[in-house]
Amino acid sequence: MCPLVVREPEVSAPRFGVKHRLARGGHVLILAAFVTFLAFPFYWMGLTTFKQTRDLIDITHNPFVFNLPPTLENLRVLFYDTQFGQWIINTVEVGALVTLITLLLALPAGYALARLSGRWGQRLGIAIFLTYLIPPTILFIPFSRIIGSLGLQDSLWSLVLVYPSFTVPFCSWLLMGFFKSIPRDIEEAAMIDGLSRLGAFVRVVVPISSAGILTVVIFTLTLVMQEFVYGLTFITTSSHYTVSVGVPTFLVRGDVYFWGSLMGACLIVSLPVALLYNIFVERFVAGFTVGAVK
Amino acid sequence: MATVETRALTKRFEASNAVDAVDLLVKEGEFLVLLGPSGCGKTTLLRMLAGLETPTSGDVLIGGEVVTGLAPRARNVAMVFQSYALYPHLSVRGNIAFPLRAAGAHRDEIANKVETAATMFGIQSLLQRKPRQLSGGERQRVALARAVVRNPVVFLLDEPLSNLDAKLRASARDELQQFQRRLGTTTVYVTHDQVEAMGLGERIAVLDRGRIRQLGTPLEVYHDPADTFVATFMGSPPMNLMETDHVIRGFRPEHCLPREVLGDGGEITPFALTVTRIEYLGADRLIYGTLEAPNPAARVIARLPSTITLPIESGKRYEFAVRTREIKYFDRETGLKRAPTAA
Repeated sequence: MCPLVVREPEVSAPRFGVKHRLARGGHVLILAAFVTFLAFPFYWMGLTTFKQTRDLIDITHNPFVFNLPPTLENLRVLFYDTQFGQWIINTVEVGALVTLITLLLALPAGYALARLSGRWGQRLGIAIFLTYLIPPTILFIPFSRIIGSLGLQDSLWSLVLVYPSFTVPFCSWLLMGFFKSIPRDIEEAAMIDGLSRLGAFVRVVVPISSAGILTVVIFTLTLVMQEFVYGLTFITTSSHYTVSVGVPTFLVRGDVYFWGSLMGACLIVSLPVALLYNIFVERFVAGFTVGAVK
Repeated sequence: MATVETRALTKRFEASNAVDAVDLLVKEGEFLVLLGPSGCGKTTLLRMLAGLETPTSGDVLIGGEVVTGLAPRARNVAMVFQSYALYPHLSVRGNIAFPLRAAGAHRDEIANKVETAATMFGIQSLLQRKPRQLSGGERQRVALARAVVRNPVVFLLDEPLSNLDAKLRASARDELQQFQRRLGTTTVYVTHDQVEAMGLGERIAVLDRGRIRQLGTPLEVYHDPADTFVATFMGSPPMNLMETDHVIRGFRPEHCLPREVLGDGGEITPFALTVTRIEYLGADRLIYGTLEAPNPAARVIARLPSTITLPIESGKRYEFAVRTREIKYFDRETGLKRAPTAA
């Protein structure tokens, strides 16, 4: 930037400088707005987590800063007075299993929809996507009958079984889009180079689609973490709760909200997802197939 | 090394035949070019040789054995795609080693062969790079090295030079031909570019609408076209065609010269040409004109080398002529080559 300004003739230099600074200012302003928008929830969660309850509920206090010394009391309540640790373990277990099942079903399904089924592939793809749009509030009643007859009431396995019903359709659809963007030439080259179609899929298509697979993983984990209806319906014992059911059940008692502990729980659960996403965000944005063709 | 043969090979898409009962025999070690306009079925034909497309009917034979139903991996052919189709997640080394790994070769053997193939194409220094870090020419070399590395019996090349810029294309063409001669591997090369076809092919098969119109050496195809399609497809500008009662007479633009330049040696066919436009191409001058009687409708292009400095102006009438032995005759109904004398 600087050499450009220096090379400008002296007369027009100041004007260019002002314009330039204005443009830069606008740039920074827009960025700042986005950063605030995105980071504020985390700031708010962090602030509330460490505030004393008296500080939180006093309306004469400035809500954006600590007015009384910070405290760890809210986190103590979260970890010692509730089974938050166990809920996290439950959520991670269910999340990992559901992600695995989703990948095992959605990878081949998405590939088949993208490549093998011709005219009907498109319609089938839309049909599969539509099943994702049926809300759990309609499905949980028939599902609870099924879970009952399978004897899985109050078991985390009921969630492992039910969650793929909304993750698989969406992820198949999502992966279909990814696979369609992979040039056929690359697979055909692999098949000529000595692999079967399955081999080409496993050794070429799947590695190239790592961005899509990562999207599926993050999407599935997020859904499992936030799912409420099934979790509430199928699970009755508090030690079997997932985070999304346990936290509001135990930290909202009647009309008393344990704001500090609630925000602490949210912060602890959302930070890893945000980090995971940010670490790999470049792969999301940059097409991974660059350089393959043309 | 092996022969490649097709017997009545047909591929139907929807209602039309993309490839229509093609019989073709590629000799051992031959460099054969499939040439035709886009949509003529040349790529479909190549893909059936590779096993990427299942024929509707007919057979493909490689080395005398029927391979029609076999998967691509069972045919031991190598293919270079127009897009190069490099594996973007692998390094250049990984790309070249891929066919060997797929075949389960030993690690030392892989290292050796990758080294040899990379040396052959002068890309040893690029082995650690990813395809996205390469230029177009380098990608093309990697694709060729990957094709060569496992000694296939046949090379199938689908317009491998069309993504290179014009300058690079000429040198790549030269290299391609040299390495094919050195390896002596049977090669089938698809292109729509007649210059490429003339320069590379030992024989050219000219395709149109799924059929082979002519199969012959570049010289045969150019100077002795089998029908009006080949006559007008080969050569730039194309052969001039003049319809008369029963025959179509054709001659190449470079054979159509001012009468005084042609001199008196041999029998000539003179005609009067009204010049409508002149194009200067450096080495050549293209004269566009319309014929006068007996055939006023016909448009003719003459190609004069720059060594002929005779002044020619647009809008004027000149005496041009063609040596009679350079005139080709085609049947008016079928378009096929025929004897000069009318039946």
